[in-house]
Amino acid sequence: MIVKVLGPGCRNCVNLERATRDAIGQLDLDATVEKVTDFPTIVGYGVMSTPALVIDDRVVLSGRVPTAAEIRELLAGV
Amino acid sequence: MSVIERLPVSTRGRWLALAGAAGVWVVAYWVNGWLWDLIFYDLLGMAPEGRLTETLHFFFYDIIKIALLLTGIIFVITVLRSYMSIERTRALLGGRREGVGNVMAAGLGVATPFCSCSAVPAFIGFVAAGVPIGVTLSFLIASPLVDAVAVGLLLSLFGVKITAVYIGAGLVIAVVGGWVLGRLGVERWVEQFVFETKLGGQTVESTAGLSFNQRVQMGIEEVATVIGKIWPYLLAGIGVGAVIHGWAPEDFFTRYAGSAGVFGVLVAVAIGIPLYSNVAGILPLVVALYDKGLPMGTLLAFMMAVVALSLPEMILLRRVLKIQLLGVYLAVVGISIVGVGYLFNVLLT
Repeated sequence: MIVKVLGPGCRNCVNLERATRDAIGQLDLDATVEKVTDFPTIVGYGVMSTPALVIDDRVVLSGRVPTAAEIRELLAGV
Repeated sequence: MSVIERLPVSTRGRWLALAGAAGVWVVAYWVNGWLWDLIFYDLLGMAPEGRLTETLHFFFYDIIKIALLLTGIIFVITVLRSYMSIERTRALLGGRREGVGNVMAAGLGVATPFCSCSAVPAFIGFVAAGVPIGVTLSFLIASPLVDAVAVGLLLSLFGVKITAVYIGAGLVIAVVGGWVLGRLGVERWVEQFVFETKLGGQTVESTAGLSFNQRVQMGIEEVATVIGKIWPYLLAGIGVGAVIHGWAPEDFFTRYAGSAGVFGVLVAVAIGIPLYSNVAGILPLVVALYDKGLPMGTLLAFMMAVVALSLPEMILLRRVLKIQLLGVYLAVVGISIVGVGYLFNVLLT
């Protein structure tokens, strides 16, 4: 599974990346986390509010940092 | 454990919790003035008309008052605006012609939850979806200028008339400014990659499908984020306001700034543009200056210059706009604000 965190490096982007890595660790998933900071690529995903979370090239969340439980659900649900 | 996991899940418990919080807010707001009267006049035995007393009273009373107002206003507005999203705004504006589009964009700029940190992806996303540049700029001008939190604070501190004037003037600047920039054919001053960006994938509405508890959590987090970020400006603004309140003579500005009234607005805008602060940080200062006789048009122009034009946002926008367009943007918005200042100095006196 490839998980991408979209965001230019704002504080919320860092928070989302950390929360995502924590959730992957807790669920013991085999996933790689990539950071996407390049604006054309971010917008290419249809995202206008950062940070956003992309799981296997599907946008599952944008514009906010969810709770740990919500991230675990998103990751487990794919 | 995050806030959301502590919130009562049942509908009844949730409303009880919100009603309880609102009750505490009202009592705190109501007790605030009485509390500082008691402390300064009765407990410390200071004379109410003493300069030091007036300064300290203003300072502590205003800190609590502004903090309460900010908390309430930011919370309510964040929850309300969470039913809107930048993605829905873009869908509404896509393919819209100039003119109507500019008016809609300015209105949506007020209603859409938007942080200037998202200015770049929003700009690219709007243009890629076929929103004309001028319409996109109307949105970007209105969003910070007629900021919903600023409107809420103005309403509580200055009343309906001044607030209506501010909203009206801000919307007109956004509509006209965006339209003029669009007419100038500024496409050549937009970085080429913006036009080459293709929208792919499906658009996820950032605030769709959230539970009410999640919206409440967003509200609480937004209050914490904003206050955590702006408190130094708030303290500085209230501090300067308190000193002016206590030490500047009643007719200070009518006597000194009033006679230089022709340049007053220009000076206010020139000071306001580089001054980067949140509107909450400068409103206490604006209140104190108004009490000492500075004309309202000058003060509105000062406020607008501070919130509408900020260096950090300009630096972000430089990623998508060439320096020429930033210059024209600054000039069009700046001149409009100066015009508004003069207009209301005449109308409101």
